[in-house]
Amino acid sequence: MSEPFVSANGEAFDWSAVPQLPFERFADGLLGALGAGQRAAAFFGVATGAGTELVAVLASERDGLLRWSRTLVAGSSFPALTPHAPELHLFEREIAEQHGLRPEGHPWSKPVRFVATTQRHRSPAEPASRPAPPEVGVTDFFRVEGHEVHEVAVGPVHAGVIEPGHFRFQCHGEEVLHLEISLGYQHRGVERALAAGPDKRGPHYAETLAGDTTVGHATAYCQVLEALGGVRVPARAQALRGVALELERIANHVGDLGALAGDVAYLPTASFCGRLRGEFLNLTAELCGSRFGRGLVRPGGVRFDVPAPLGRSVLSRLDTALGEVNDAVGLLMDAPSVQARFEETGRVSAATASSIGLVGPAARASGLPRDARHDFPHGVYRFHQLPVTVWHTGDVFARAHVRRKEVERSGTFVRRQLEGLPGGALESAPAAPRPGQACAVLVEGWRGELCHVALTDLRGRFSTYKVVDPSFHNWLGLALALRGQPISDFPLCNKSFNLSYCGFDL
Amino acid sequence: MHYLVHVLLVLALPPLLLGIANRVKALFAGRRGPPVLQLYFDLAKLARKSTVQSRTTSFVFRAGPVVALATTACAAMLVPLGAHKAPLSFGGDLVFFAYLFALGRFFTVAAALDTGSAFEGMGGAREVTFGALAEPALFFGLLVLTRLGGAVRFAVVLGPGLADHWVEAAPSLVLVAVSLFVVLLSETCRVPFDDPNTHLELTMIHEVMVLDHGGPALGMILYGAAMKLFVLGAVVVGVALPASSGNAWLDWLLFLGGMLGCTVLVGVVESIMARLKLVAVPKLLVTACLLSAVGLVLLVR
Repeated sequence: MSEPFVSANGEAFDWSAVPQLPFERFADGLLGALGAGQRAAAFFGVATGAGTELVAVLASERDGLLRWSRTLVAGSSFPALTPHAPELHLFEREIAEQHGLRPEGHPWSKPVRFVATTQRHRSPAEPASRPAPPEVGVTDFFRVEGHEVHEVAVGPVHAGVIEPGHFRFQCHGEEVLHLEISLGYQHRGVERALAAGPDKRGPHYAETLAGDTTVGHATAYCQVLEALGGVRVPARAQALRGVALELERIANHVGDLGALAGDVAYLPTASFCGRLRGEFLNLTAELCGSRFGRGLVRPGGVRFDVPAPLGRSVLSRLDTALGEVNDAVGLLMDAPSVQARFEETGRVSAATASSIGLVGPAARASGLPRDARHDFPHGVYRFHQLPVTVWHTGDVFARAHVRRKEVERSGTFVRRQLEGLPGGALESAPAAPRPGQACAVLVEGWRGELCHVALTDLRGRFSTYKVVDPSFHNWLGLALALRGQPISDFPLCNKSFNLSYCGFDL
Repeated sequence: MHYLVHVLLVLALPPLLLGIANRVKALFAGRRGPPVLQLYFDLAKLARKSTVQSRTTSFVFRAGPVVALATTACAAMLVPLGAHKAPLSFGGDLVFFAYLFALGRFFTVAAALDTGSAFEGMGGAREVTFGALAEPALFFGLLVLTRLGGAVRFAVVLGPGLADHWVEAAPSLVLVAVSLFVVLLSETCRVPFDDPNTHLELTMIHEVMVLDHGGPALGMILYGAAMKLFVLGAVVVGVALPASSGNAWLDWLLFLGGMLGCTVLVGVVESIMARLKLVAVPKLLVTACLLSAVGLVLLVR
């Protein structure tokens, strides 16, 4: 048994150093590692001349390292690993969709994003004739049969101004027996567009992977490029990236807490948090001119400096806003009627969360101490540790509570960074990626772990660029949280996860 | 003359109540809120719109809003406003009153089922379940009043005698007033039973049943809902504030003050508490039922 190749988060290395294993050894090693507490950060296909290579990147919280393995599938199918490792289910469906490989024995093999076959890689074994492109959302859904069982279909067009997604509930009266979520309506092909790089459009694409995670995805993209090019980012830029990332986290968490209040019709917090989210977005705009942090993070560093007077004014406004958040959210969490709604609603046990590979606040609310800032520290987080916020109940209350604590702790972190900003340059000169390299970067965005993986070809262009948004891991968590719950609690559970549609659909 | 005032108030005032409740909520939330007259504007807008109807619907669907509004307007003629007599009054009008609402509910639910939508079916099931529990609460309250007044008529139970009963049977009447207020919140789909502002179909009770209605039909539904709040509010005010000043015009003012207080209370409740879990709604309705029942026990012991 050969040891898998080990890298650190954001470390570039020679791709040829990762041994290509026969499928059985690859599968055994992968399943063994998943069973032993490692986690699939990414699992994807790479089109090669000889067939499709399957690449697995496993993350281990225990030692903070990433483990790589790969195997070649020459035929048009491979034995599915999902029956033994549920967290791989979407990854395998994605491989099937993007590379035309059939995962044999996959319990629920169907399209992920309804990508037209003309838009994807072709395995050499595939017949040349191509079927008509699939119509998004038109597929089989899991059905519960029986007397008094009814089906409720929601979306893809919703009553609110939100992204499109289709939800199919199997209900017995008010109780949800099963929820199936069908996405793909937002598929833009942005991952493929990124893979055509690196070029000037890259950072812009990265910023729009999921608009509410602009800084997170941009940071991950830039770290990939910097690692591949061997660029060192100045300390001041690292600190400012951390500030922007935490401001993004605060703004989104505050918005989510307000939305949770709105969903249980608790007015005061709903209104206040809606305004306060804007305060934090405005602080980001103070830093770079964009409320979502667009144009701030660029390969090599950051584009905008924070002079001392600006830093002081941002800090004083941050303190005011955080104080108001504390009041508004305190009102929410202390109201008995709200507690009655939040507690015991949409529970995900730690065992379930672990088996399906939840990440981010949703995982931490189920008692899993997973936080890439702590486990796989990158950038400024290597020098300034943030405590991991964990709660054990796994319900809506837990997800709200984790957000509340993270807002506080991120506030403290931003204060510490802005008070002690290191001097020096803002940007290093970017360098072209070296050929034949590979690199994976994990960044803890506000929604959870963002994973970007890049391989370069012999000319230093990307041969593969893979993005795994936290939503990709977590949508199934929402579906499972709904089991046995009243269907009327779905909007509340949905909001407590607040997952991205476009981050999933890419 | 006063009957005319009664009819005018019933027809003109209900949308204002919702405007006031919304203003109270806005104040609590630190917002400015929509204009107090917003619902009038909305109704005027809806009246001018055309409607689109699903091909699967029949006359039942079109009858829903009409019957709901008609029954509510009819019920409004039975309730004395403050110290003034109602235009219609006869033995047993209390029971008639309760079942006018049941008739309206039946047609609203039938119209919802007529669309064949899963959402509206769910809403109908919820409405009927909660309606079945609100009804005994209402009847237990009316039973206490009937026991005190000695006749099954609004004119008697909410008549001049009630003020004296407040002296001898205050605990029972307090319980009844609270219980009727809970019934009011439930019947008019306010927090903590339903959220009139939500856009989330899966959590709605009443709103989800009327998703397919638009234009004038939707206007009728909104107007009917406002009138229902007015009518049930008048009953609660009648129980809680039976005072009469002796001057007829002053009595109208007194009644309007009571209605204002009741509306503000609805707004306050909506501002300071979250919605109940749907499974907890029956518990609150049973509690309302028990409050009135305890009121009854206190009377007959």
